[in-house]
Amino acid sequence: MTLTDRSARIRFLKSLLSPTLTILGMIGVGIALDIITNAYVQFVILLMIANTVMATSLNLVSGFTGQFSLGHAGFMAVGAYVSAWLAMHPALAGAPDLLKYLLLPIASGLAAAAAGYIVGLPSLRLRGDYLAIVTLGFGEIIRVVILNSPAIGGARGLYGIPSAMPLEEIGLSAFSTQFAISSAWCVITVFTLWRLVHSARGRAFLSVREDEIAAEAMGINVTQTKVRAFVISSFFAGVGGALFAHSVKYLNPATFTFTKSVDFIIMIVLGGMGSFSGSIIAAAVITILPEMVLRELQSITGVDLRMVIYSLLLILFMILRPSGILGTLEIPDLLKRFKRKAVQNG
Amino acid sequence: MAERQDHREVLLHAEDVVMQFGGLRAVDGFKLTLHQGELVGLIGPNGAGKTTCFNCLTGVYKPTSGRVLIRGIDTKPLKPYQISALGMTRTFQNIRLFREMNVIDNVIVAGLQHARHTDFDSIFRTPRHYVEEARLRERAMELLAIFDLKEKYDLKAGSLPYGDQRRLEIVRALATEPRMILLDEPAAGMNNKETEDLMHLISKIKRDFNLTVLLIEHDMRLVMGICERILVLDHGILIAEGTPSQIQNDPKVITAYLGAEEQA
Repeated sequence: MTLTDRSARIRFLKSLLSPTLTILGMIGVGIALDIITNAYVQFVILLMIANTVMATSLNLVSGFTGQFSLGHAGFMAVGAYVSAWLAMHPALAGAPDLLKYLLLPIASGLAAAAAGYIVGLPSLRLRGDYLAIVTLGFGEIIRVVILNSPAIGGARGLYGIPSAMPLEEIGLSAFSTQFAISSAWCVITVFTLWRLVHSARGRAFLSVREDEIAAEAMGINVTQTKVRAFVISSFFAGVGGALFAHSVKYLNPATFTFTKSVDFIIMIVLGGMGSFSGSIIAAAVITILPEMVLRELQSITGVDLRMVIYSLLLILFMILRPSGILGTLEIPDLLKRFKRKAVQNG
Repeated sequence: MAERQDHREVLLHAEDVVMQFGGLRAVDGFKLTLHQGELVGLIGPNGAGKTTCFNCLTGVYKPTSGRVLIRGIDTKPLKPYQISALGMTRTFQNIRLFREMNVIDNVIVAGLQHARHTDFDSIFRTPRHYVEEARLRERAMELLAIFDLKEKYDLKAGSLPYGDQRRLEIVRALATEPRMILLDEPAAGMNNKETEDLMHLISKIKRDFNLTVLLIEHDMRLVMGICERILVLDHGILIAEGTPSQIQNDPKVITAYLGAEEQA
């Protein structure tokens, strides 16, 4: 049964197919959305994509590796400001436009990953909830640093962040261009995390979540595994921040408060700790909910009920479905189950 | 090095190991030399410090004083995963499987330290990823087959019946490709028939995998049946060492261990 080099190489080539096709498909979806939706809905859709990147990346640390992070918005802020600052920097003005906006998330990701390494290395050596406290502190520090940095807008915020020029020659408007960039990065994020977790090396993350002592006794370097998960997660939080910056085009330190981190935690808890599909669904729902439902509610009642409704949702979920919408299941698992049932029935 | 008459390779050498928790000396002056191919039992009444000894040997606890050498290497600065890489593995008294993971994934994780692919390979699904994953999987299946767990490979480890969980812990330990295995009460909670099967299994894996075994056990039949040498621990102190028949007739052991049982 041992795999020959040749068949392994064929599998490698085949594995490139699905992400490429997904990205191409998403470009098509972007063009369709451009026709059937208005600017406001398009804005919410772009937010949804950025939030998906944030939620899935947080799930790697919290859902799969079992480490509780309260500062995901901090890494997002690092990514957002790095990308915005670079995009506005005169030195990069001459760079090819599309390439620049496709590659900026990498710079954001690297900056956030570096921050993640600095924060994670000392706190992940310890067992238990220290990471939660340290990341909470980190998120606040980042926010206060930005608040006091006039060069990146300070408390006033950073205005006029540019985004990619529309590619009209191939039929892409400003929205569908940004949608293509955002969804390409979203697909890259989900595929990367998915393939990592669904591999033998990814099982090490789960083993750390399940039992650190046993994992260590079985030859897993627990600290290194946790730091690895944390740095990868921070990288994609930075990417999410970059997508956010160029979608919203205005950054304000008040966006990246502790509440923002809690939003992402709510997404992964509702979606299911340990399910990427769940995170994606929950990210979509939680992004749409305040914009389309709660805003209406607020205009009727005159009070902001967002946190009240989130809390109620969480309480209800804890009572009725403590493992979240999907638990640890993924959509392919559900499809498999569904198929099995269909075969049994007929 | 105390016992020079044995010419087999010394795999484990512990001397004067002391483990102190606050005012409690859980282990006091533990010493042990394990040679290649031995099967040694560690017995003692409840709370005698047997599991603490295991934790000191495997690096879960850092001994307060004393030395533990594995294949001549001082384990003091090493972390448990590095000690595992020296060829020592263990099972746990209170089963510590990765409960929410599949049976086969439990085994695959333990084999990871011998895999040559990186995160990069897995993310990009490089040919090396596929080759290494297939190898790990195949090896895990082979081990599961020996322990009759092959059919259950895609069940959650936590959903297995108790006896299967105990055996899966041994499989997982074997996947680290050890020279030495420390079994902490492998027969706990098993009935006579299961214990007997386990006895044969331990002898078999010891032979087939060329293993050295250190065993904590309460079941006297198991210990006396398969161990070549037995150490007796009471209140953290080694009170006797010898062959099963020597131990059975040692007055100190009878008072400390069997005597206590008679009173109950």
